Amino acid sequence: MARAMPLGLGRSGVAFLVIVAAAGVLVPFLNLATSVDSPWHVPTTTVVLFGKYLCFALLALSIDLVWGYCGILSLGHGAFFALGGYAMGMHLMREIGSRGVYGNPVLPDFMVFLNWKELPWYWFGFDQFWFAAIMALLVPGALAFVFGAFAFRSRVTGVYLSIITQAMTFALMLAFFRNDMGLGGNNGLTDFKDVLGFDLQKSATRCGLFTLSAAALAGGFLVCRAIVSSKLGKVLVAVRDAESRTRFIGYRVERFKLFVFAVSAMMAGLAGALYVPQVGIINPGEFAPANSIEAVIWVAVGGRGTLVGAALGAVVVNVGKSWFTGALPEFWLFALGGLFIFVTLFLPKGLLGLVGTRRARPPEPPAAMPAPLESVVDRRAAE
Amino acid sequence: MTELVKSLLYLDGVTVSFDGFKALNNLSMVVARGEMRAIIGPNGAGKTTMMDVITGKTRPDKGDVLFEGSHDLTKLDEAAIAELGIGRKFQRPTVFDSHTVLDNILLALKGPRGVFASLFARLTGDERDRIDAVLATIRLTDRRHEPAGLLSHGQKQWLEIGMLLAQDPALLLVDEPAAGMTDAETAETAALLRRIAETHSVVVVEHDMTFVRDLGVRVTVLHEGSVLAEGSLDQVSADDRVIEVYLGR
Repeated sequence: MARAMPLGLGRSGVAFLVIVAAAGVLVPFLNLATSVDSPWHVPTTTVVLFGKYLCFALLALSIDLVWGYCGILSLGHGAFFALGGYAMGMHLMREIGSRGVYGNPVLPDFMVFLNWKELPWYWFGFDQFWFAAIMALLVPGALAFVFGAFAFRSRVTGVYLSIITQAMTFALMLAFFRNDMGLGGNNGLTDFKDVLGFDLQKSATRCGLFTLSAAALAGGFLVCRAIVSSKLGKVLVAVRDAESRTRFIGYRVERFKLFVFAVSAMMAGLAGALYVPQVGIINPGEFAPANSIEAVIWVAVGGRGTLVGAALGAVVVNVGKSWFTGALPEFWLFALGGLFIFVTLFLPKGLLGLVGTRRARPPEPPAAMPAPLESVVDRRAAE
Repeated sequence: MTELVKSLLYLDGVTVSFDGFKALNNLSMVVARGEMRAIIGPNGAGKTTMMDVITGKTRPDKGDVLFEGSHDLTKLDEAAIAELGIGRKFQRPTVFDSHTVLDNILLALKGPRGVFASLFARLTGDERDRIDAVLATIRLTDRRHEPAGLLSHGQKQWLEIGMLLAQDPALLLVDEPAAGMTDAETAETAALLRRIAETHSVVVVEHDMTFVRDLGVRVTVLHEGSVLAEGSLDQVSADDRVIEVYLGR
């Protein structure tokens, strides 16, 4: 742990980037350049599935940045993910144009169905991809900024903060369920046709989205590394370990929290924006409090405060989920809960800690210390 | 009024109550520039509450707290007060356990404290020298790369004092620096504080009378939230009321 601090990425960081880059190139290649019968062929369904996992990994990374390094246990990051997804979904809806069921060139089908005559004001601009892309970052970022400004200035911390983040995502879910919200209500946004002119059903488009997700994950990782290895990152860890001490040496703790919370929300928004074109739907269910909690479990399973572990945890847990929901669907939540308890009790550093402890044991604590025996006795007496 | 101008720290009529209990009761005290002052008093005398008021953690109900004669500390938050030049060492040693000893000092080192300044900060040679000097003073040079959580209790106390030195405040508030130390360590800590006091103003809260004697400075005795006596240790030890407070019950 002590040695991980220098500016380099560390062995696990380099390995992570190599694996993500290799996957980003190889998986599309094995899908597009091999014939369906070849043993090397990766089916398109697998590409889509793993593309989804990459988005989840980016979401996990964003949670680890605030939770693992700054001690902010957000149980509402799914909301930022979903908002990014909705921003992208709105663009994809506009791109359907007159190919919808009702053939209206401007209004999405659900608005025609609701007898709306024109687009609500907040839909303007979403016909442009660049506008939607900016909004996918800006809206979650702005929400996190406003929410964080109130919460952190009032010094809401610990479990209280976790609870109000849950309330935030729950409130958004209720709001997005309403048809009046103009975002598809219960059904959300779906039936997308293409993105930037590329047909979403084509394998090549799927592969392109996979590669983009891999690039976003790698980029997100580098941004997180840059943040946590800077002096700001050290301040974040200081806040996590001893918040009031950090204040007394002159750091405005709430500003540091606000910065990292907003950056993290934007990363979650990006993950959501990449997720939606791959799964083809975004609905209010994405705001469900359980989603945010599940994402926190990924981070805990992989290893909190390691970044690489968070991404690893997201992929491992979701591979398990895909298998479980196929084989024993009714037991998945029990398995997830059991896994969380197991990791908390036996693997406090997660899966990555398992790798780390075998390679390098932490230095033996006070053996080299010339502390006289009396001081130990005194201390016992003082306590 | 001249006293106010000369003073570094000026408390006048400060009252703090928690649910009706007066932790500080009309407390008045002046610390001059360059002075080292020891504060003693039985448990519950208000020593730590006084520190909380000076560093902005607790707002007084009544009274004035002025720093350098002009800054009203009752209006500022912890970070702003730290920026003004008041550093604090806690009663229980509080260091950043998962950071290395070096990083603990680095974080405390005097310099810009903004978000973006921190994001783009690079360690300069001058800063490295200052960190090395502090590490040498607190004798933790050879443990600089170890996580602070692995240090012994006494070493954590010293690391925290080192963080104060790195912060280079005009006024250091030191809460029970000798708690849980051996006699030898206590004497060394007193020597360290005397050395620090040559260039800084220091307020030390301490229970340990031997330690206070080692410091050899003016003593303020607190009792039930106000000043009971003030003077040299010999003077206050001879004071009947002080004897009663310490021995009478």
